[in-house]
Amino acid sequence: MKFVDEFRDPAAARGLVRSITRLAGDDVFKFMEVCGGHTHTIYRHGIEHILPPGIELVHGPGCPVCVIPMGRVDDAMWLAEQPGVIFTTFGDMMRVPGSRGSLLDAKARGADTRFVYSPLDALKIAVDNPDSHVVFFAVGFETTAPSTAVTLVRAKQLGLRNFSVFCNHVTIVPPIRAILESPDLRLSGFLGPGHVSTVVGTRPYRFVPEVYGKPLVVAGFEPLDILATVHMLLQQIRDGRCEVENQYGRVVREEGNVAALRLLAETMTLRPHFEWRGLGFISQSALKINDGYADFDAEVRFSMPGIRVADPKACQCGEVLKGVIKPWECKVFGTACTPETPIGTCMVSPEGACAAYYNFGRMHREAADMIGATASV
Amino acid sequence: MCLGIPGQVVAFTDAGQDLAKVSVNGVQRVISVRLLADQGLTEGDWVLVHVGFAMAKIDEVEAQLTLDQVKKMGSDYTNEIDAFNSSQIA
Ligand code: SF4
Repeated sequence: MKFVDEFRDPAAARGLVRSITRLAGDDVFKFMEVCGGHTHTIYRHGIEHILPPGIELVHGPGCPVCVIPMGRVDDAMWLAEQPGVIFTTFGDMMRVPGSRGSLLDAKARGADTRFVYSPLDALKIAVDNPDSHVVFFAVGFETTAPSTAVTLVRAKQLGLRNFSVFCNHVTIVPPIRAILESPDLRLSGFLGPGHVSTVVGTRPYRFVPEVYGKPLVVAGFEPLDILATVHMLLQQIRDGRCEVENQYGRVVREEGNVAALRLLAETMTLRPHFEWRGLGFISQSALKINDGYADFDAEVRFSMPGIRVADPKACQCGEVLKGVIKPWECKVFGTACTPETPIGTCMVSPEGACAAYYNFGRMHREAADMIGATASV
Repeated sequence: MCLGIPGQVVAFTDAGQDLAKVSVNGVQRVISVRLLADQGLTEGDWVLVHVGFAMAKIDEVEAQLTLDQVKKMGSDYTNEIDAFNSSQIA
């Protein structure tokens, strides 16, 4: 029987940090946490400040709001401004800047743009408003895509004529591969994403050790989970092993969620390529709606402009998303770019590295307290 | 937006559509349990709720851990709970 206290035990944290320090020795390691949820935990608890100085945690591209390129936001605004359209989206997406402001600005200009908690809420709006066409702006990794899949299946069952999805779902493996191919970074290993892995399982990451020779450990979201994961990565390196391991076995299974994967396969297919903010085009990195569900595909129903615009010049989100720079190294961080007036996407979502650092960067005392050290930084 | 918040299954409201009522920190709403349809979910089970869907079955300790963790997020937590409260799926 395990207890909540086990995950809060300062002695356990101290022990892990000691052991990490011993394993690391004088060597230098750079581990990337792929998932924005981990970035949040790391900054929120000041994990970086209790690790030995040789270990650097760099933030990856795993925040779905952060990676949507400006052109797709502009397309979304175009959709929202079509007559008779009710445009629905998750709250975070409302504030993401496009080249003509955000969806919130479109709303202020009179577009019927509504935030919803779930794609099923968007479906409900369509049922309740038969004279309008309801578009759902779908974003997210494999964590979120199955919910869109279920919604599509339901829309088809109901025979709805006034509902479509603007699909921007992205997949987790291609950006990891793109980062491994990028010459900018020398990574020692990865903290694998937690919630995405509940859907995809741990098998899709095997190429990371097998092709690129880097260890990957799927991690939970507690501060102790992060420490345990760093420990497992170092242990692999010191043992001369290189594999995919699962630290978050209490939630993530090797095979993932088979039902969710089946629903995804039924309703969506891989796009040949998709543009990522700051990372450019990555092949087979996003999902589009299947031919069988084309009636519910906003890109088929509307002749969308398919806008492409470059990222704003001041914005260094691409470097932040690749872990090349830290948020505070961006020239506009905290001055022109804040959570209230975001220039780049990484400042919008609470899981974005810039927003997480802006909100919690100075809060490292908690972690120091946890291991009984006094904050010295 | 990737937050998963723990909820406890209170009742199955529409078996045909895989809908269930869950309680998240005292607030009850209907969500879809379609993604866990083959996992023998029963009343009283804890699940991780994400955008109106149960995405993983978890145990009570994990539920407590996640709830505490999410609560520490302050306004992001209240935003998520407000969003959950606003849900009108059924
Ligand atoms: S500070 Fe703003 S502009 Fe700079 S990288 Fe972060 S989100 Fe992008």
